[in-house]
Amino acid sequence: MVSTSYLKGTQSFAAGVLLLLLATPAFLGVFGVILPSLGYSPTISEQTLSTNAWQSLFQSPGIYHSLLLSVLPGLLSALLAFAIVFSFLATTTGGRTLRWVRRLTAPLLAFPHVATAFGIAFLLSPSGFLLRLISPVPSGWERPPDLLIINDPWALSMTLALIIKEIPFLLLMALSALPAIQPDRRLAVARSMGYQNSTAWLWTVAPALYPAMRLPIFAVIAYASTSVEMALILGPSLPAPLSVRTLEWFNDPDLSLRAQASAGALLQVFITAATIGLWILGERCVKRIYHYYQLSGQRHFSAFTFYWLGKIGFISSFSTLALVVIILVLQTFSGRWRFPDVFPDSLTLQHWSQQWPLLWDSLLTTVLIATITVSISFVLIVLTLERQITLQGGRASQRNHQFIRHLLYLPLLTPQVAFLFGYTVWLEKLQIPPGLVTVILAQLVFVIPYMYLSLADTYRSLDKRWAMLAASLQITPVRFFLRIKLPLLLAALLSSMAVGVAVSNGLYLPTLLAGGGRVSTITTEALAIAAGGSRNTIAVWALIQAALPMAGFFLALLLPRLFWRNRRAMKGYMT
Amino acid sequence: MKSLLTNALKGMVCLTSFAALFAPVHAQTEAWQDILNAAQGKTVYFHAWGGEQRNNDYLKWVAKRVDTEFGIELNHVKIRDTATSVSRVLAEMQAGNRENGAIDLLWINGENFASMKTNNLLHGPWAEQLPNFQLVNAVDNPEMQRDFSVPVEGYEAPWLRAHLVFYFDSDYLTEPPRSMAALLQWARTNPSEFTYPRPPDFLGSTFLKQALIELTDNLEALQQPVDPAIFDQVTRPLWEFLDQLHPHLLRAGRAFPANGPEMRRLFADGETLLAFTFNPNDPVNRVRRGELPDSTRSFTMTAGTLANVSYVAIPFNATNKSAAKVVANFLLSPEAQLRVQDPDHLGGNSVLDFSLLPTDQRERFTALGEAHPSALPESERNNTLPEPHPDWMPALESAWMQRYGVN
Repeated sequence: MVSTSYLKGTQSFAAGVLLLLLATPAFLGVFGVILPSLGYSPTISEQTLSTNAWQSLFQSPGIYHSLLLSVLPGLLSALLAFAIVFSFLATTTGGRTLRWVRRLTAPLLAFPHVATAFGIAFLLSPSGFLLRLISPVPSGWERPPDLLIINDPWALSMTLALIIKEIPFLLLMALSALPAIQPDRRLAVARSMGYQNSTAWLWTVAPALYPAMRLPIFAVIAYASTSVEMALILGPSLPAPLSVRTLEWFNDPDLSLRAQASAGALLQVFITAATIGLWILGERCVKRIYHYYQLSGQRHFSAFTFYWLGKIGFISSFSTLALVVIILVLQTFSGRWRFPDVFPDSLTLQHWSQQWPLLWDSLLTTVLIATITVSISFVLIVLTLERQITLQGGRASQRNHQFIRHLLYLPLLTPQVAFLFGYTVWLEKLQIPPGLVTVILAQLVFVIPYMYLSLADTYRSLDKRWAMLAASLQITPVRFFLRIKLPLLLAALLSSMAVGVAVSNGLYLPTLLAGGGRVSTITTEALAIAAGGSRNTIAVWALIQAALPMAGFFLALLLPRLFWRNRRAMKGYMT
Repeated sequence: MKSLLTNALKGMVCLTSFAALFAPVHAQTEAWQDILNAAQGKTVYFHAWGGEQRNNDYLKWVAKRVDTEFGIELNHVKIRDTATSVSRVLAEMQAGNRENGAIDLLWINGENFASMKTNNLLHGPWAEQLPNFQLVNAVDNPEMQRDFSVPVEGYEAPWLRAHLVFYFDSDYLTEPPRSMAALLQWARTNPSEFTYPRPPDFLGSTFLKQALIELTDNLEALQQPVDPAIFDQVTRPLWEFLDQLHPHLLRAGRAFPANGPEMRRLFADGETLLAFTFNPNDPVNRVRRGELPDSTRSFTMTAGTLANVSYVAIPFNATNKSAAKVVANFLLSPEAQLRVQDPDHLGGNSVLDFSLLPTDQRERFTALGEAHPSALPESERNNTLPEPHPDWMPALESAWMQRYGVN
């Protein structure tokens, strides 16, 4: 029993570290911009507290338009992605389509935002693939038409890309929450009362599923309203969304703009919170309407609309992503490829052979960082979850889970620029030289939330009777964990690790700023090279950037199948 | 015994480096020898723009050379934007890090230089003590003494020359517009064929300065810090010009490319027929690689073209300052500069004054000037304009934002 108390100590310690990791950087970061926004900065001569930065922030041209551009794409992309995912689930539960879609979701989720944005830019731009398909016949365009499609002033192309990218994320979140609420039994009851399939789903499954979707939806809203990478490629520029302008102020050689940038970063926090507030307000309104219809007794509620919204939304978003991948691959091998040619004049290996030698160092660093970050996160999360499960009484366990779940969103909801700039200042204050360690610390803040979100529900829903059975057979907790729990949860654990690898691989600003530029990963290299590269070079790096997370998800799918090739029920929810 | 051996080895390293640098032996003062000794075995983190394959390959070669010559490990930190590195130094200063900075050497432009120099973020003066510095002949080349009209005073060392060059597609355009007035006239008859990067992008702001120099009637004011009292009067012709030009730009001036590479991609995709760059050899290099059409031709404005020099600087808190200086000195060596000029390698413009080189060296440089139909004609290379005072760049940028920043 000594080992049990030792184990408990370790668990509490791990839970403490996890909380500290999540909370501290966000708080330090935010405080790191509050003082500068009020004019206090040791390097710039004026040291008096003032509201000048805030005044000049609100006087900068088009600032209200910029704010709107932080609110609208967030709301619109979350709303449409959510509507499509729910419509799709309502009309497809159980079928063969769903199993097929499940398999596609993970790799599409792994495909990085930046790579997607580049692909969509080439697809939609006036000299892009879609217009080439109709040029010069029948459009009559020998040269690209002058159309404002991407970078449009209302960020519609960016919103479109966000929707396409968020659908797999919301779907994966829904799929991992579904088993716990037993949709089949709910549907069976509703169907027996004469409700049509999608209506049955809407009245019985949706209300149980929605609470699990709220925080992922908030994360989607926060990402869309603070995203810098996607906005830079597809978003408007006159004016740009607040996130982009804040980064530009931070990066301006005129150091006095730093104060304004800090104010902008803080304003961003308020705007993101307000956008989520708008969503919650919307929830209230919808709830009333929903209750009215739920009690109306209608057996066929807009089944037709849901069917088509789900189908069309899904097919078009998945096929766009597939087209993006195909076009990127084609571009890495293309020679001259000018408008209006649908296919390149010639194919060449030159782009790959030029980039190949540059790739290895950063690939090694990326793999190293991902391995360490994911391992640390994994251990911390599993120990924290174990502690939750053993907490006396279901109430305390549930409260702890909810507390952590909410805390997890702190780093996801804080604008990256705001907290990273403050974070680097604090790292410097503690005299920690930039390098692998500081990068891993910064990455943990982002990797832990996503891994926790993708694992917690499955992990917590494992039947408790296994543990009781093991205890009655006098099996020690450690042995139980290694011999029973780990194998039972293998698929879920591996897929959360794959999520971790994907997140770690995709982090740009945290790696760049916390590493002082010394740590170069595939993503930092890709973005540096993309800054001046040809379309072919960018395509090569986009694919390389996508390769690692794809490999991770592939392994997460393959390993349980190999391991359990004789155990059908053990292959995991993703297969 | 061991120390004898290392001394002998050091001696040999010195001898080979002397030979490699072609520098007169007597210029190698004892102080420089101390720097060389201190640099041995150190690591240099060189923050330089990573968006250009040729640059990256070139710096890879430099890393190999300084490793064999001086035992220095050179790491090229590929950055997207110099300002991010300035942020880094600033964050370090705020945190009181005065000796262990993350950046040893920084490729810097005039605007960032002015900002860092006035905020005491730079180490120096040091550049004039580099043995190879005399090869740039700063006395006869004033552009080596002032960066965007701010006195350099040894706080940065030159390594590349740049000037503004326009290029066009000769399949669709026989005679390009060689003045701002002609550009406006051409844009009126050929709408949607030209655009420029959105300020405050470096190249976009450069276009504003080029236009301002050509259009304003108060050239002297541009060499002074901005005087708010006369700013409107000096810049009025520029805004009148842009007001007329914008409706005829690509996307009718409602969206601008984010930076130079994006403007180049629009040209490569055939969306525009005219673009510009700050590396005069860029169009040729890209035509050779098949990125731009063979029909690409280069030219400069008749009134002259903006020119400046790229420099490297050492932050005040660089960890290995000696090693950074040795690298900066190597970048100025004829060996490294020859590779700068070589179209098969960097394909840029050397900062050396060839007249100071021994005959055989000079011939190797002049032999590189082979003709290519897309290259800038030799006759258009020397009509350069000086950069305005760095004050003008942010002032123009924010005035541009006020006028055109919101659709």
